Amino acid sequence: MNKGIFELLQYDFFTNALWASVLASISCGIAGSYIVARRMVFVSGGITHASFGGIGIAWFLGFNPVLGAAVFSILTALGIEFFTSRTKIREDSAIGIWWSLGMALGIIFIFITPGYAPNLMSYLFGSILTVSHGDLWMMAALSAVLAFVFLRFYHLILFISFDEAYARSHKAPVSTFKYLLIGLVALTIVLNIRVAGIILVISFLTIPPSIANLFTHNMLKVMVGAIVTGLAGSVAGLLASYYLNIPSGATIIFAFVLMFALAKVVQRAIIYFQMRARVRAGN
Amino acid sequence: MKKILELTDVSAGYDQELVLTHVNFSVYEHDFIGIIGPNGGGKTTLVKLILKMIKPAAGKIEYFNSDKPVQIGYLPQVSSTDRDFPISVLEVVLSGLMSVKGSRHYTNADKKLALRVLEMLGIADLAKRSIGKLSGGQLQRVYLGRAIVAQPELLILDEPNTFVDNQFERDLYELLKVLNNDMAILMVSHDVGTITSYIKTIACVNRNLHYHPSNIITQSQLNAYNCPIQLITHGHVPHTVLGIHHHNLPNE
Repeated sequence: MNKGIFELLQYDFFTNALWASVLASISCGIAGSYIVARRMVFVSGGITHASFGGIGIAWFLGFNPVLGAAVFSILTALGIEFFTSRTKIREDSAIGIWWSLGMALGIIFIFITPGYAPNLMSYLFGSILTVSHGDLWMMAALSAVLAFVFLRFYHLILFISFDEAYARSHKAPVSTFKYLLIGLVALTIVLNIRVAGIILVISFLTIPPSIANLFTHNMLKVMVGAIVTGLAGSVAGLLASYYLNIPSGATIIFAFVLMFALAKVVQRAIIYFQMRARVRAGN
Repeated sequence: MKKILELTDVSAGYDQELVLTHVNFSVYEHDFIGIIGPNGGGKTTLVKLILKMIKPAAGKIEYFNSDKPVQIGYLPQVSSTDRDFPISVLEVVLSGLMSVKGSRHYTNADKKLALRVLEMLGIADLAKRSIGKLSGGQLQRVYLGRAIVAQPELLILDEPNTFVDNQFERDLYELLKVLNNDMAILMVSHDVGTITSYIKTIACVNRNLHYHPSNIITQSQLNAYNCPIQLITHGHVPHTVLGIHHHNLPNE
């Protein structure tokens, strides 16, 4: 009944899913390392959920939902950034407002749209097995842009992220980069909603960099490590979901968490044996 | 002596409330000025003005460039940085070159320069370590390295003795003496006693600025400058015993 992995590769939907895993790992690995380093996980969660409003409005008006989500999430990202830096609204409160506003708009617009919304579940939970060639090209373009921006401006981004006030006193283009990067984060979220869904995409962004972060404190190495662990986890999850016949998005997340737990044990073991070696050397 | 910068009749503050009014102040090369004054008197506001982090509400600030813009190194009082941030000691020092490098890539020559600064600070062996694994004193040294790596004309230290261990404090002042050959130094402190044997002159800041062209200051002079700070002396610095310690200073 179940087919071997080489037979699976003959199916378009499966090779597409593999490519989606690769591209999701690259874009989420880069953007996720930035999010984790800057402790922006909650902002990213806000942007993710707010994008549901864009999906609802696009649905109602008959546009491509991904386009609606993209516009809405970029507006949310810039909105949170703008309101926090220009008004006295606290950041986590601003995020809470946008988060729920987006979800509310999504629910209202989908409700008043005539007919049943059949693909809604795929936006909430993702469906890596139905990713189209168009989706893949967009994800590839995004990965290329992210890789270019982060390699070309690596040190500037690192220094601005590390100490914004200091960067400002050195006349670094702090605001320009903050808006540019939060915009790219928003796009990363939206394009990966197809793969992991609104509810699960945050783990694509946070778990792989957190695993890499256990073993290195070099930003570039965290990014590379996040891409590699992201790829390993999503392929493992994909195969497991096929053979066990369970939903792919949730299985991939489960694979990530397992890898994180395993990595944590390995990291503790490394520290333990290093300490023991040091004590022995001391004797 | 070459003038580095000049504030003329500067007023500044936040949200319509002025913290500094009609300040006149110049910094020349080789200056070593202690900036003293009560909390909330405007010391940090003065530093932010000079660093162009805020704009004056009135008056003007001039920088006297020679061939390139005036470089200012800055050691912040409290760093709001995240100790878990994935960045190494060497990278933090390199970030002091930000205004020189802009968006260009950092070269091996830049890294060698940063390493030399770390050697000078006695922490070259920590270059590759992530900042999360440093002690408070080590971290303070790294931030000092960041402030001086661009070889600035002016170095500003905001309360450098707030968080450091005694060893670093002694090293710091000796190091500042050496650095003072190449750069002017402004040192903000609420505690004039410890710094007076290192600084050359004093600026008292409390809404206004009174420049005192000597490193010895008496309680009555402080009162005359409307600068109600307590004179405290520490340790083996007998020539810097300045005045009688009063618990309730007259606030003029």
